[in-house]
Amino acid sequence: MKSSSRRSFLKIAGLAALGIGAGPTIKAFGTIGGHGALQPEASFKKGEKAMEAKQWAMVVDTRKIKSEADIRPMVEACHQIHNVPDQPIDRHAIKWIWPEEFHNAFPGLQSQFISEKIENTSFPVLCNHCENPPCVRVCPTKATFKREEDGIVMMDMHRCIGCRFCMAACPFGARSFNFRDPEPFIKNVNKEYPRRMKGVVEKCNFCAERLAVGKLPACVEASNGILTFGNLYDPQSEVRKLIREHNTIRRKIHLGTKPTIYYII
Amino acid sequence: MPKNKKELYNKKGVIAGIVIFAFIAALPFLINLGKAAPAPELVLTSKAKEAKECVRSKEFIKREHMQLLDEWRDTVVRDAKRIYVNPQGKEFNMSLSNTCLDCHSNKTDFCDRCHDYASVSPYCWDCHIDNPKEMKR
Amino acid sequence: MIEQAFKGGKRYNRLMLLLLGLIGVGFGFYLWQFNYGLGITGMSRSVSWGFYIAQFTFLVGVAASAVMLVLPYYLHDYKAFGRITILGEFLAVASVTMCLLFIIVDLGQPIRALNVIFHPTPNSILFWDMIVLNGYLLLNIVIGWKVLEAERNNVHYPGWLKPLIYLSIPWAVSIHTVTAFLYCGLPGRGFWLTAILAPRFLSSAFASGPALLILLCLLIRKISKFDPGLEQIRSLSKIVTYAIILNVFFFLCEVFVVFYSQIPEHMDHFKYLFTGLHGHGVLVPWMWSSLFLMVTAIILLVPPMFRNNTTVLAIACVCVFIGTWIDKGLGMISGGFVPNPLHHVDEYVPTGPELMITLGVYASGIFILSALFKIAVSIKEELHA
Repeated sequence: MKSSSRRSFLKIAGLAALGIGAGPTIKAFGTIGGHGALQPEASFKKGEKAMEAKQWAMVVDTRKIKSEADIRPMVEACHQIHNVPDQPIDRHAIKWIWPEEFHNAFPGLQSQFISEKIENTSFPVLCNHCENPPCVRVCPTKATFKREEDGIVMMDMHRCIGCRFCMAACPFGARSFNFRDPEPFIKNVNKEYPRRMKGVVEKCNFCAERLAVGKLPACVEASNGILTFGNLYDPQSEVRKLIREHNTIRRKIHLGTKPTIYYII
Repeated sequence: MPKNKKELYNKKGVIAGIVIFAFIAALPFLINLGKAAPAPELVLTSKAKEAKECVRSKEFIKREHMQLLDEWRDTVVRDAKRIYVNPQGKEFNMSLSNTCLDCHSNKTDFCDRCHDYASVSPYCWDCHIDNPKEMKR
Repeated sequence: MIEQAFKGGKRYNRLMLLLLGLIGVGFGFYLWQFNYGLGITGMSRSVSWGFYIAQFTFLVGVAASAVMLVLPYYLHDYKAFGRITILGEFLAVASVTMCLLFIIVDLGQPIRALNVIFHPTPNSILFWDMIVLNGYLLLNIVIGWKVLEAERNNVHYPGWLKPLIYLSIPWAVSIHTVTAFLYCGLPGRGFWLTAILAPRFLSSAFASGPALLILLCLLIRKISKFDPGLEQIRSLSKIVTYAIILNVFFFLCEVFVVFYSQIPEHMDHFKYLFTGLHGHGVLVPWMWSSLFLMVTAIILLVPPMFRNNTTVLAIACVCVFIGTWIDKGLGMISGGFVPNPLHHVDEYVPTGPELMITLGVYASGIFILSALFKIAVSIKEELHA
């Protein structure tokens, strides 16, 4: 009896060891050529001009928005430099930043009687780069992730399997799916930024590629002072100053996702 | 079923099956017999020639450019680091679109020749636009 | 044993050929989708999951229902079910296979599907769903096959199988619980954000699965020499009765909470499904039909004199199956996405190609089911002849 139970213990131990052994193999499959293994002497670093923050955030001064026309330049700047296609079929639309009316941008906050100003104004909406993002929680491959360095909720287009769980999880409708190859629908291609292939999810990336070379996000530059961008955890930053001095609201804060886009009303 | 009798059942059918299977399995080799393609010759753009050396040595790039690119894309997107420092201390922007394809702007005479020869079809250019843009495929 | 799947009569062969044809057609349409992208479906930026995921959800339930045979037999020693547990297990195998196929056809980049394993992410419920579904498939293949083999050889099944059989019981519950967790843990979707979703899923599963099994048993009784047994069918019908009542009860609990609390984010989805919202309401007739079918089924199932009449029972089972299918396979997913998080009402209707691919997947499942049931029934015929 005893020897047989010991034998089965050894069997199980062997199986367990096999399981542990399989871990690194699986990892190796994921990222062929781990760091340093292939190029022992090469290294990586950030660019000298790269802007850094614990958590990037944005303040939208909606008092400065007169009409939807004030938002259009932001949308155009963003969609142009990121090769966002203009899909002909409405349900396939790709949007990184776009205008919405108050009751759509802030459902639950709409009142029956509301100031004419708010009722007639458009509000720019985009990915909130939440501090507690549900899209990241649900992604089965870590293709969307919260970047430790700067709090940007990023998309890894090479890893996304297109399951669209993140789209179901996002309470802000900030994500778009490439229902078909976007290539034919990009009017003026920006060769410095990649396109996407069909079958992956995309969204605003807070212009990570521009921050890396010391430039502000394209929408902020094009916003005529409506958008302000900065480090949420630097008390001296421009965004913190605005948040301190004005009444701001954020979208659906009751859901606990901690959005980092603030709206001055 | 008599267990002590060792004999092949349906002998004819089985042997014929094995022969047919072997023939089908060998078909790709038979078709390409004596048709070895010559090793491709790559064309360097003047910009590439001028630079003399790529981000790494020719041998390294030949052998491991795919692993290098794979590592680049993870580092850029996930670690927010965009500068590659090669063993000689030279710095490069880790970008297929803006670094690699900037010099090697002749996809058909450079990238495609080897890829066709090796019969691989990476889909990098679906998204990373060849620079200047060439005809698709 | 597998040879039994190839030794069928004319009718069987014709059915299998027909199914193969449908699989081929579905595969053709899938190739189109593979090349063009999911744009050939009716899904949109607002309704980002559609018919495929809805079928997946429904079939997870059918698969889980095998436990309704396994549990009474192995835990309560209810001998009568020993005769037909194999049918439940094989139904589970076919259903889970369809579930996995529906997930695959729903992926935007199916060739990257293995990223789920290369980059394992335990905080994603989809990761766990992959584990429980594949595990359940494996468990049922092994258990079903081994028990049937032992039965054929007139021996007891091997001892190591017993723990696996016990494991398969909670595992069955887990597959549908995890599948419900896919939806009910999402912060911005009021329709799914309810703790009763998993119990509701399970109750509808334990109604629809056994209802289908009853219909299959009646069919087997008619066309083969193997009789699954009247007692077995009657016991199953009691399970269906309780489960469908529970399902409607849970639904009414949900309706009470939503409409008594009057919270708009939760009400809007129900309004969309049952009355239409802002003039949109393609699903309204379907949802009322579903409710009507389920209530009719309850009326037909509760009185024993109805339930014990095979014809009435068959009608009730059809009602249960279609009613729960509409509820989960049509309303459950669309209902959660309409209105969308920005309170726009973008409706979803599946397209032709989408339905053809769905048909192809169902044909694959029925193909597997037919082959497995053919094996099981042939062996049972031999034994009971």
